[in-house]
Amino acid sequence: MTIATSRRGFLGATSGLMIALALPLKGRAQDAPPQGAEQAVPPALAPAPVPPNAFVHIAPDDTVTVIVKHIEFGQGPLTGLATLVAEELDADWAQVRGALAHADDTLYANLAFGMQGTGGSTALGNSFLQMRGAGAAMRQMLVETAAEAWGVPAAEITVAKGRITHPSGKESGFGAFAEAAAQRPVPDNPTLKTSDQWVLIGTDLPKLDTASKTDGTAMFTLDQFPEGAQVVVIERPTSFGATVASYDDAEAAKVAGVRAIRPLPQGVAVYADNTFAALKARKALKVEWDLSAAETRTSQQIMAEASAAAREAGRTVEETGDLSGFDAPGATVIEAEYQFPYLAHAPMETLDGVVTLAEGSAEASYGCQFPGIDRAALAKTLGLPMESVRVNVLLAGGSFGRRAQGTAHFATELAEVAKAGGPGSYKLMWTREDDIRGGYYRPLSVHRMRGAIDAEGRITAWENVIANQSIMAGTAMEAMMKDGLDSSSYEGSIGLPYDFGGFRAAWRQLKTGVPVLWWRSVGSTHTALATEMFVDELLEAAGKDPVQGRLDLLKPDAARERAVIEAVRDLAGWTGKVQGDKGYGMAFAKSFGTYVAQIVELENRDGRPQVTRAWCAVDCGIPVNPNIIRAQMEGGIGFGLGAILHSQITLGENGAVQESNYDDYPSLRIHEMPQVEVTIIKSDADPTGVGEPGVPPIGPAVANAWRALTGQKTRALPMLQNPGVV
Amino acid sequence: MLRMTLMAAVLAAPAVAQELRAPDQITGANDAARSAALFTEMGKVLQHPRCLNCHPVTGGPTQGDDMHPHNPPIVRGEADFGAAGLNCNSCHGTENIPYLTRTGSIPGHDPWQLAPVSMGWQGRSLAEICAQIKDPARNGGKDLAAILDHHARDGLVGWGWAPGEGRTPAPGSQQLFGELTRAWIDTGAVCPAG
Amino acid sequence: MTTLTINGAERTLDVDPDTPLLWVLRDELRLTGTKFGCGVAQCGACTVMLNGMPRRACVTPIRTLAGADVTTIEGMSGREYDAVQAAWRALDVPQCGWCQSGQVMSATMLLQQLPAPTDQQIDEAMAGNICRCATYHRIRTAIHDAARTLEG
Repeated sequence: MTIATSRRGFLGATSGLMIALALPLKGRAQDAPPQGAEQAVPPALAPAPVPPNAFVHIAPDDTVTVIVKHIEFGQGPLTGLATLVAEELDADWAQVRGALAHADDTLYANLAFGMQGTGGSTALGNSFLQMRGAGAAMRQMLVETAAEAWGVPAAEITVAKGRITHPSGKESGFGAFAEAAAQRPVPDNPTLKTSDQWVLIGTDLPKLDTASKTDGTAMFTLDQFPEGAQVVVIERPTSFGATVASYDDAEAAKVAGVRAIRPLPQGVAVYADNTFAALKARKALKVEWDLSAAETRTSQQIMAEASAAAREAGRTVEETGDLSGFDAPGATVIEAEYQFPYLAHAPMETLDGVVTLAEGSAEASYGCQFPGIDRAALAKTLGLPMESVRVNVLLAGGSFGRRAQGTAHFATELAEVAKAGGPGSYKLMWTREDDIRGGYYRPLSVHRMRGAIDAEGRITAWENVIANQSIMAGTAMEAMMKDGLDSSSYEGSIGLPYDFGGFRAAWRQLKTGVPVLWWRSVGSTHTALATEMFVDELLEAAGKDPVQGRLDLLKPDAARERAVIEAVRDLAGWTGKVQGDKGYGMAFAKSFGTYVAQIVELENRDGRPQVTRAWCAVDCGIPVNPNIIRAQMEGGIGFGLGAILHSQITLGENGAVQESNYDDYPSLRIHEMPQVEVTIIKSDADPTGVGEPGVPPIGPAVANAWRALTGQKTRALPMLQNPGVV
Repeated sequence: MLRMTLMAAVLAAPAVAQELRAPDQITGANDAARSAALFTEMGKVLQHPRCLNCHPVTGGPTQGDDMHPHNPPIVRGEADFGAAGLNCNSCHGTENIPYLTRTGSIPGHDPWQLAPVSMGWQGRSLAEICAQIKDPARNGGKDLAAILDHHARDGLVGWGWAPGEGRTPAPGSQQLFGELTRAWIDTGAVCPAG
Repeated sequence: MTTLTINGAERTLDVDPDTPLLWVLRDELRLTGTKFGCGVAQCGACTVMLNGMPRRACVTPIRTLAGADVTTIEGMSGREYDAVQAAWRALDVPQCGWCQSGQVMSATMLLQQLPAPTDQQIDEAMAGNICRCATYHRIRTAIHDAARTLEG
């Protein structure tokens, strides 16, 4: 999704920030840190939960806990947002902790969305002023409190590394003044530092969650054990949209530890004392499915339909110049069709959630990306008012988009489990098979490309017709669609930095019964591949070098694109030639406001590409934590590489998903991971995200390198299942 | 590419569903010819994917009736037992364990390891495999009696007929395989030609 | 009833004998550092040390462990483990973190057997541990770094 942050959004949030600051400091500053990811077990259900409503929390022992409104699943907001607060607060990094905020669309709205949510690589960008403002306001209140206590002018007080000092020799930590500071009015316009005053922003601060994730003490959803909680697993249909026709639970019910077996809209749920009993009983269930409303087409049939649709004109989503280049005398017209399969996210932690239902209230704890939407879905399904439902956001073992659910399908399921079970606590777990076969895939997509090259070797026309399913249509996100267009279906195919002369991109919407979802970098998962593979093919046909050819194509205002392409060229020592048994390829993609160019080196090992090295240049504006930026580029490269080499979800007979686990839906493994070098462009532009933008360029860079080395053109993915065409 | 490799592997792999005939059903013009025919019959077991998968010549084990490379990738290692830090027993226990979350099972036996390189059979002809089996320098110092014992009674050999949920067993039974081996030895332990 | 040693303490467990060690550790003993990732020995998130060797707890029924010595990440100690912990932290290896207990367990047992592994030996040993965040680049570097500190 492409979401623009606006000045109005930031201003709107400023008043929210002040309320948020005022509430916690009054009376809660010295309480236990608010409920969040770092807590092991959710407290017993409170009759009327009082939200902590805070961004910053200072304890008497000087510990500064930053309440982070974005979920942490490896992309770094826990550390990133805490850095912003700590910078303006002049805290010492060693005293800083992070905790995840609970669901509250008002206090914890993503300023780019207008509601709480993590997605579109927006976490740092939308928080950049807000969280610094929170830190600066807190600092000012502490200074004013100290000035009053010491009887000195506030202007004479300095704060550094968590110590408040006055030239007279008076000195204190933050904790001693936290409660008194809370009584002060919140400053209207706290002064933010200028960039030359930063001591934390721009440095490789160690991540706040590294230690607990290294020694096994980090607590995730599955690690929660509410008193008396039953473990729930669900036997699910083999085809999307199938329903339970009948079931036989005679054998399942005999399994020791099984408490109940209940039909739910999703399938048949087993409630048990422990995970083993639940799984053993589920395996013993016999369920007959009614396929009358199910999607029973095979993925091959859907792909054929998409391929046919991409040969139609489609709805124009961007058109500039004219396409006469295709018909000009002496023009060479090149065509290509690229086919992209369904992809599962397959995060290491499957979907799971803990819910406690009491009379008139409910509390759910799990890793969710849209806590507000989920909270509303829980309330609706349980027939409770919103204010009686609390959602605690926990650390999640990866997501890659899977936990960002416009349909709130998991929250709804969690609520249905509790509703059917009655008052009590439940831990719902999806198995890996549930995850791989459970839909919400990256949409299957086809790109039909045409390009024209004139007699002088100039690209004069470009056309791309995209056929795929809309992610937003039919969900709470539909409101973000304009005029029936879902930009996430074709983002990355438009607004290109290249001057192709005539340009047209069009979209043809498909409808299937397969649920689809954003998958790390969303539209750019396929648009960057199609665009960058095709531009590479056109440059080759025109006799141009892939790097210089792209630089020559750039529009005059594409300075940031130019900078990353030149930077990666220099980092890799690009020659444009096959060297020995090694081929090289490059690709560029801008996604979510971040500019990334990558070059790969690969070898042909028994007909398979083995990527040995990758170079990456990234411009994400002000680099708040270069360590995290590098990590996200490295991880994005590995994640994207695994997908283009291995990944596809296929539907077989009756539309049944044929893959089931990491053996038949393989992930990248360590022996396939290249050495990665990352360079970060120095910038004073507003920071943009890095969670997704590392992914789009790697696929086309590998395909382009493979073509350079072997002459084989990639036309369908994954590469290891689809031999290229020569 | 992988699909092509797999197809090649399928074509190269022997037919999976075969009946194993008893020794009295195997005839020959003379003892030598019958002996070679008996070994050819034994070959239905020896070249069955249940056996070949852990008798690789180069590289690590393969998996499935299509004999695709083992996933996760496993190397032979110095002791025919995988790599330091990822050996056979990292996953394979003392018995077959059915999966809890889907059909199928992870195979197991005590011990569980690759046949030594000298007993690698993948891609080899029956004549070559026969020569390997008879050669004490390559078969772990076994004479014909020890070979019979190994075929008729070894637990890991026997696993081939009880490979666990989701796996095609080797044809016949270990008893029948033992009887064929005995008959082959009794007729002179002749190897089939080329 | 199965009696075995877990993290140095003798435990007698009265659970269904088919229960995988993974769910005994997590549900019965609340040793939650060992993670569920696949259930079919594909991902390595549930790696524990069994009698000194790596073992996937998700495919190991408790009934097969009578008298066994099991160590989970909560009970790990020693030079190699400390070196791995330090190297992991210095490089900020984890991203989402779910697989990292298993990665740390495999890396530690690799270094116990091979104090100075090559890139290839690291890849061979760690190929059974999936990281969907693809922190592999740092895992490789961290194992080399840990090996270097073990030399000294």
